[in-house]
Amino acid sequence: MKYLTEYRDPELVEEFIKEIHRITTKPWTLMEICGGQTHSLVKNGILDMLPDKITMVHGPGCPVCVTSVSVIDEAIYLAEQPNTIMCSFGDMLRVPGSKKSLLEVKAEGADVRILYSPLEAVQLAKQNPDKQVVFFAVGFETTAPANALSVVHADQLGLDNYSILASHVLVPPAMEAILSDEENLIDAFLAAGHVCTIMGINEYHPVAEKYECPIVVTGFEPVDLLQGILMAVQQLEKGEYKVENQYARSVQREGNRLAQDTIQKVFAVSDRVWRGIGNIPQSGYEVNDRYKNYNARLKFMIDLPFAEENKECISGDIMKGLKKPKQCPNFGTKCKPEHPLGAPMVSSEGACAAYYHYAGEE
Amino acid sequence: MADKIKMQLQCPMPKFDFDVITLGHGSGGLLTHRLLQSGVFDIFKNDLLDQQHDGAIFEMNGKMAFSSDSYVISPIFFPGGNIGDLAINGTVNDLSMCGAKPKYLSLAFIIEEGFPMTEFWEILVSIKNAADNAGVQIVTGDTKVVEKGKGDKIYINTSGVGLINPKANIHHKNIQDGDVIIVSGNIASHGMAIMSLRQGLEFETSIVSDTANLNHTVQTLVEAFGTDIHFLRDPTRGGIASVLNEIAELTQLGFYLDQKLLPVDEQVDGACEMLGLDPLYVANEGLFLAVVKKEIADAFLALLRKDSNGTSAAVIGEVTTDHGGKVMMKSRVGGKRMVNYLTGEQLPRIC
Repeated sequence: MKYLTEYRDPELVEEFIKEIHRITTKPWTLMEICGGQTHSLVKNGILDMLPDKITMVHGPGCPVCVTSVSVIDEAIYLAEQPNTIMCSFGDMLRVPGSKKSLLEVKAEGADVRILYSPLEAVQLAKQNPDKQVVFFAVGFETTAPANALSVVHADQLGLDNYSILASHVLVPPAMEAILSDEENLIDAFLAAGHVCTIMGINEYHPVAEKYECPIVVTGFEPVDLLQGILMAVQQLEKGEYKVENQYARSVQREGNRLAQDTIQKVFAVSDRVWRGIGNIPQSGYEVNDRYKNYNARLKFMIDLPFAEENKECISGDIMKGLKKPKQCPNFGTKCKPEHPLGAPMVSSEGACAAYYHYAGEE
Repeated sequence: MADKIKMQLQCPMPKFDFDVITLGHGSGGLLTHRLLQSGVFDIFKNDLLDQQHDGAIFEMNGKMAFSSDSYVISPIFFPGGNIGDLAINGTVNDLSMCGAKPKYLSLAFIIEEGFPMTEFWEILVSIKNAADNAGVQIVTGDTKVVEKGKGDKIYINTSGVGLINPKANIHHKNIQDGDVIIVSGNIASHGMAIMSLRQGLEFETSIVSDTANLNHTVQTLVEAFGTDIHFLRDPTRGGIASVLNEIAELTQLGFYLDQKLLPVDEQVDGACEMLGLDPLYVANEGLFLAVVKKEIADAFLALLRKDSNGTSAAVIGEVTTDHGGKVMMKSRVGGKRMVNYLTGEQLPRIC
């Protein structure tokens, strides 16, 4: 696996660890935005190799984790409609809504399908003209282009039985929400490489300036993360706050223009409620007016009451980096992957699941 | 595996009355009789089956092992095998892990109406080949047919008995601090061969299932090392992580793996990476884990590597009294992490 093994090289890892130890003089708190980064840090046992002065906190960058209970309820409502095929990425199925999960309605007989791409859902709609096919379009800026493309495709095919339940979330507004929180502890960010591959890095400059906070875009392998941590600590120690790109092999300054155009064609920026954090203005994508016939919320006239989150789950504090998973009284006892209280314990990218699966001893 | 190729049976399909299996073939009447006479009995011919009793009658002297398993795999044909050889190898391997030499098997089908006779025949031939390779006899069985839509093509159950090798004493209670953990070959091949065919995931690979019988391999090792082999298990569903977690819990000992020692075929590793799956949790069908006394580990590995089932065998870790009841792993980059039970299915990641 060329292009991967180089970034898992134990000798390089050791060199970065040594250099991070050498230059760190003050305590710093760094947040990695993306759940993929969190899992790599925990799965490779990197957290224990860092200096005690460096604290890594785990950010809100797990699309499954931040999807609100109300949106899960909407998906369940759609799945329970007659003659409807509800399609979703696998991770969403186990996330609890206010009463049940998609997996439970599937077991009760609803037609819920796990797909790997929204374009398969368009195919399903084509093959099943007598059924309504809905795709549960979750994710950050990373998954938005493919979801948008599915709508464009359906429109080109003239399909009137395809729609999406959009629950897209955007990274920069979430970073601002965290930085402007009174209790904020974050000194620097490791921004998510995949999101920046799509969106580029320009939108991060104002955030770094305004909050005087270094932002380093990183990849997901051990060497990527350690180099990113080193770059962030170097800035912090020198009192700098720039946007830097560690993941240059994938991320270009301008991002992927074609993908951005597709997003803009189909989506409009909208307010979004984040699980555990609450409403963040202008922090999501919703299907725009031009494609409103493909918006499942309008098509099915969904009107459900706002669903409260489980008060026993401290996912908000986890995703803002105020608490670590093991500081939750329910971690590993009342809340386990097989019966989760909240989404961070379910998702393959959730911080609580990462600690549950990989961090045995502390 | 070499043996399997050598003994490949080529049987022309006998003339059946129908192109597909019908409900009548499971009725117990004339169609069942014809299917058995012109197909099943002929291909599996042996003295015990020829008795045509309600059950097989035989003598066995000594300590025995008895095991049963059902096979519902989808798709039924996959690179490296089909549901037929899987059903034989699976039960043969379960018996082998007990230290037994598998001898007699039962074979029961539940077939969905409309299943093509050619595919049924292909499966029967595979079963015959797998049984011959393992040196076991099919001595009793059953065929049921369910209505279209009430099953998924074909399900198979096999049960088997075998005589325990007097030199063997395989039990998790024998595992001790300092024991060495050995895996007999590349992990995760079977699961990824199946994944590569699943709808929506089709990707081009030459990954083949590792399905194979392990009884000859295990018997050779038992003959050579006897009770110094403390524990054997074939890590099928749930992969090696699940087996290790089970025995860590049962023994309250710690199991410490070294990630860089884990043998994984490069293509399999790449496919796992692409789908976000961990090879530790992916199914195997021709592989076993052995926990052996430290003093014999080198000789055990050397002998195992001479066997066609063990050419990629490797030491992957050790048993310790630290972190009792848990499986831990030294990561490739030198960090330490826990290897937990898998919860639910391994679902591909979404971004």
